Amino acid sequence: MASPRDRRSENLTSGGRGALKQQMDRPLELPPFQMLLDTYAVDVHRFLIASVGRDAADDCYQETWVSALRAYPRLRNAANLRGWLLTIAHRKAVDHGRSRQRAAWPTAELSELPASDLTVELLGGSVWPAVAQLPAKQRQAVALRYALDADYATVAATMGTTEQAARRNVHEGLKRLRKEYDGD
Amino acid sequence: MTDLPDLTSVFESSGLVDIAYTLEDSPVGRLLLAATPRGLARVAYLEPGDGPGEVGEGEVLTDHPRRLSPRILRAPARLDATRRELEQFFDGRLTSFQAPIDWRLTRPGFTRAVLRATNRIPFGETSSYKRVATAAGSPNAFRAAGSALGSNPLPIVVPCHRVLHAGGGLGGYTGGLDRKKVLLTVEGHQLR
Repeated sequence: MASPRDRRSENLTSGGRGALKQQMDRPLELPPFQMLLDTYAVDVHRFLIASVGRDAADDCYQETWVSALRAYPRLRNAANLRGWLLTIAHRKAVDHGRSRQRAAWPTAELSELPASDLTVELLGGSVWPAVAQLPAKQRQAVALRYALDADYATVAATMGTTEQAARRNVHEGLKRLRKEYDGD
Repeated sequence: MTDLPDLTSVFESSGLVDIAYTLEDSPVGRLLLAATPRGLARVAYLEPGDGPGEVGEGEVLTDHPRRLSPRILRAPARLDATRRELEQFFDGRLTSFQAPIDWRLTRPGFTRAVLRATNRIPFGETSSYKRVATAAGSPNAFRAAGSALGSNPLPIVVPCHRVLHAGGGLGGYTGGLDRKKVLLTVEGHQLR
């Protein structure tokens, strides 16, 4: 899986980029945890903003990284560290959703969200408040698919569903979004 | 671009950081300092640039996950004492490093014995490969003592720069002879 997004992430690592790449090619060798943080911090944060909102994102972000640090030495497969981190972030987002049900989206801060995404542009950058109103599974799936450019296999792996269910969640989420926009 | 929360203090207070490291500028260039809860485990010279000669933190830390732990993070607080000591050392105000050492990145056996013997050479004095080999229990293994010193994971602090050729030549140095000269000059030696 080498989407443009992955390549962009790699460029975020300062120094030692070659070493990280080398280690990631050997699945059993875990790179220093700092390299994960340098490489995937933006992805994790962006995913959490899209799935729980900016206010809660920072807490979930902190919990995600501390959980990951705790579990890291026991990780037996380093082939998909990004997926592993997003799975943890997903669980934190779900926990957050359970404890607070569905939070109202802080609309004023939406302009800070990355607007490079095609879907966001299509909808004039105002799609995320509507995404926040989706049922949890659809919200997570849409966030993964469109805030992180994740493919369906990644959406499925991160959320612990089948790929078919991942497609359905994204599809249903988009359908609902479209309905809302057509209705306006 | 989103502002990422800084997790350094969260990590530091989590008790989960097995290797904390920081980068520090010094008269012999940029250093990476790394410590475990037991003590200082690594001092490494970094080489800036993008070419094949570049040595970044990734290269330095590359075998530490396997040898110690993958829970490695930039977390400067644990290195505060060492940073202060290094500063004093380069000012000529410190003759003996006090911060505890974690020897686990040195190879057990002869290599570790050579490095421990080297660690006993006082500030301002020098020794020879032959003498540290002898102190490590193998008088004839002066060549092996040379490679043991070359593998020193704690240069400056474990003063392998104080080991010279018996004939008076400088011998070798992992960080390059220019660094060895600076370190010897700090200790008051007059070098030609």
